Amino acid sequence: MTFSAFKETAMKVVFAVTAAVFILCVIVICVFIFARSVPAIGEIGLFEFLFSTEWAPNNTPASYGIGTMIVGTCFVTAGALVIGVPIGLLMAAFMARYCPKPLYKVMKPMTNILAGIPSIVYGYFGMMVIAPLIRDNFGGTGYSILTASIVLGIMILPTVIGVSESALRALPNTYYEGALALGATHEHAVFMTEFPAARSGILTSVVLGLGRVVGETMAVVMIVGNSTALPDSLLDGVRTMTSHIVLELGYATDLHRGALIATAAVLFVFILFINLLIVAIRRKGRAK
Amino acid sequence: MIRPELRQNVYIRGDAATPKFRVRELDLFYGTFQALKSVDMDIEANEITALIGPSGCGKSTFLKTLDRMNDIIPGCRISGKVELDGADIYAGGMDVNLLRKRVGMVFQKPNPFPASVYDNIAYGPKTHGVRKKSELDDIVESSLRRAAIWDELKDRLKKSALGLSGGQQQRLCIARALAVKPDVLLMDEPTSALDPISTGKIEELAQELKKDYTIVIVTHNMQQAARISDKTGFFLLGELIEFGGTDEVFDAPREKRTEDYITGRFG
Amino acid sequence: MKSVAALLKQKFAPLPSCDLKGRPFVNKPSLGKKLAEYKRHPFSLVMMVLVILSALATAAVVLWIVIHVIMQGAPNLKASLFELEYDSENLSLMPAFFNTLIIAGMSLLIAVPVGVAAAIFLTEYTSSANKFVAVVRMAAETLAGIPSIVYGIFGMILFVEMLFKGFSLIAGILTMAIMILPLVMRTTEEALRAVPDSFREGSFALGAGKLRTIFRVVLPSAMPGIIAGVILALGRVVGETAALIYTSGTVKAVPDSLFGSGETLAIHMYTLSSEGLHVNEAWATAIVLILLVLVINGAAEFISNKFKKRY
Repeated sequence: MTFSAFKETAMKVVFAVTAAVFILCVIVICVFIFARSVPAIGEIGLFEFLFSTEWAPNNTPASYGIGTMIVGTCFVTAGALVIGVPIGLLMAAFMARYCPKPLYKVMKPMTNILAGIPSIVYGYFGMMVIAPLIRDNFGGTGYSILTASIVLGIMILPTVIGVSESALRALPNTYYEGALALGATHEHAVFMTEFPAARSGILTSVVLGLGRVVGETMAVVMIVGNSTALPDSLLDGVRTMTSHIVLELGYATDLHRGALIATAAVLFVFILFINLLIVAIRRKGRAK
Repeated sequence: MIRPELRQNVYIRGDAATPKFRVRELDLFYGTFQALKSVDMDIEANEITALIGPSGCGKSTFLKTLDRMNDIIPGCRISGKVELDGADIYAGGMDVNLLRKRVGMVFQKPNPFPASVYDNIAYGPKTHGVRKKSELDDIVESSLRRAAIWDELKDRLKKSALGLSGGQQQRLCIARALAVKPDVLLMDEPTSALDPISTGKIEELAQELKKDYTIVIVTHNMQQAARISDKTGFFLLGELIEFGGTDEVFDAPREKRTEDYITGRFG
Repeated sequence: MKSVAALLKQKFAPLPSCDLKGRPFVNKPSLGKKLAEYKRHPFSLVMMVLVILSALATAAVVLWIVIHVIMQGAPNLKASLFELEYDSENLSLMPAFFNTLIIAGMSLLIAVPVGVAAAIFLTEYTSSANKFVAVVRMAAETLAGIPSIVYGIFGMILFVEMLFKGFSLIAGILTMAIMILPLVMRTTEEALRAVPDSFREGSFALGAGKLRTIFRVVLPSAMPGIIAGVILALGRVVGETAALIYTSGTVKAVPDSLFGSGETLAIHMYTLSSEGLHVNEAWATAIVLILLVLVINGAAEFISNKFKKRY
């Protein structure tokens, strides 16, 4: 083997190894998080851990149920999607099919700004501006499911808009023309023809937004109220899994700490499911 | 070239004296480029009118002025008059959507929506307010029958239209256009993406459909124009050079340029 | 060749309002006619109104947030905020700023070579049908989807508890490096795929080997796209909080070594705001943070747009 052939092969191996680093990272993250969670969950009991709404690490005996946090995450996620998805999809239609070019040059950077604002700033804005607004207009403390839903709804806008917009733009013109030629109006062609045609991309945008909401931490912890009781209304505070971890990890020890890491593991499993969902949607879209 | 036996099937809707389309002094600009120059044309009902000419001559552009599909092209500006059954389609009171319902269009590349066969056909009627399932079922069946594709597709109405062959897709698109009950069918090189057998089927279908519809077909295939059309218009550089009965245009063209094109001296 | 002036004139010249014979153009309906048409189609009218309302709402929200942050923060951008050392009087953000630079720079130093090399492997050496490639892609997508708090926990377990025994910059750096890996790889991959195959073929035709082709032809052509991706990753680190709180910690000073703890700008803002005493300074820090991220993202956009125009 000549030196240059050796070099070619050696570098190919190096490149392959770097690619394998990705797989390694996923495995290592799984191993470390689950290695710490499984014993904790074993000690608490899986059913108790997931479905008990009693979280009281200081009681004797202590109880470690994250049912409330799971419910909280679900509420906040649903709220954020209800607010963010319709606006995001309509806005995507605006960007792709309504916006004249000069206006687009203004609107696009605006959504980019929305995407660029760090979550801590969203959290602070929610805490200082939106929470008081909710408190003054609807009552309660202002730190509530509603507040978090609004802020997170705003935060997922750029994801929903961006991905849906490119899905719409990727469509061939023929669907639009075909619809128009049958006497459809612009709106009918866009919403009844192009949206269904772009459904896999649009669905992906929604699921990506979902992933962002479920995993969002810093913005949520500042505005969601963090109460460990089940909420009665949208104006009550809840705890999401993420805010739960951030709040208590700083001082938790032993089993308490293990329970928090196990919460992260549950979160991780949620996200894995969401990723699988995206892969499935994409595969289905490609099969078409 | 026109088969006389087909002539006998012709019946005229409405006032026999008015042509289906009456086009007068039609100019069309893309930005500053003039794509159509003072085109005059009368398109008779229940005939097939073929538009021929080299690519870029304006024949497709002209076709699209008949159902106002040029409106969606930015920078496209039109002056002159296009009348459908005596009513100016560019006049203020004209509802573009209803116009396009009356004037169906079939495109160069088959463009079924990525949905089932059934949903493709039902799309148009639904758009125009038909909601009842039984009524939609009837429309779907009759449209597919008219497009002579019912027998092939009746067992796969719920399957995706994208799984059909190119020829089937194009006939599906014709059926889709028929489902909104148009008077006129515009066809923009409907067979250019198809194999000879599918092309034959579409041509046969066009012959059949002209009993009930007025058909305007753009084609770059002169044999096709000669085979199926009653009238032929020859476009060159945005001008309608010659327009008349297909026999005359092909056998005894008045214009030297028409003759040159037809005999293959350019194009 | 037309002169620039002539081209501009052509581009911006108003189109005539009537044709050569002085007849009006008939195919562009006036606004009134369009509205009249909407009256006949209530569904379309509703959708159109909703679309416009959402566009207005989105624009309003962006302006609201940006203007509010500027109004609250700008008056508080005092010189004392930028003193080199932090104390409870000046609440300086400079140590946090330097820590941010260190963590961002070092994590890029680790993640960029790995991410770029992996992207090279995926684009230049393999076909997409390859099983290994499918697994790598799946892994990258999983990494991209993992919430930052989970990265934080992982970093805390592995780097803080097991390896370095305590919060430290290095723990933050390594956590961030893993977190931005998928971003670097994806953007690099896109940049590599945008390089036309004719470039590669030209190089092979001259007898160059694969490596030489990659390093001399493909990578240089893809460089702006790669840089844009790297800058985006930088922005991601600068804005990150949750993954760093429990890895690099919250100490408000630049540590003596990478093994000491120190907070980044985003965490600085979090600690300022959660204490509730330093509202003004938190707003001011927010301005600095947003500006930093926007300038970084803007630079990435600028470079990748430049890149797109080249082919």
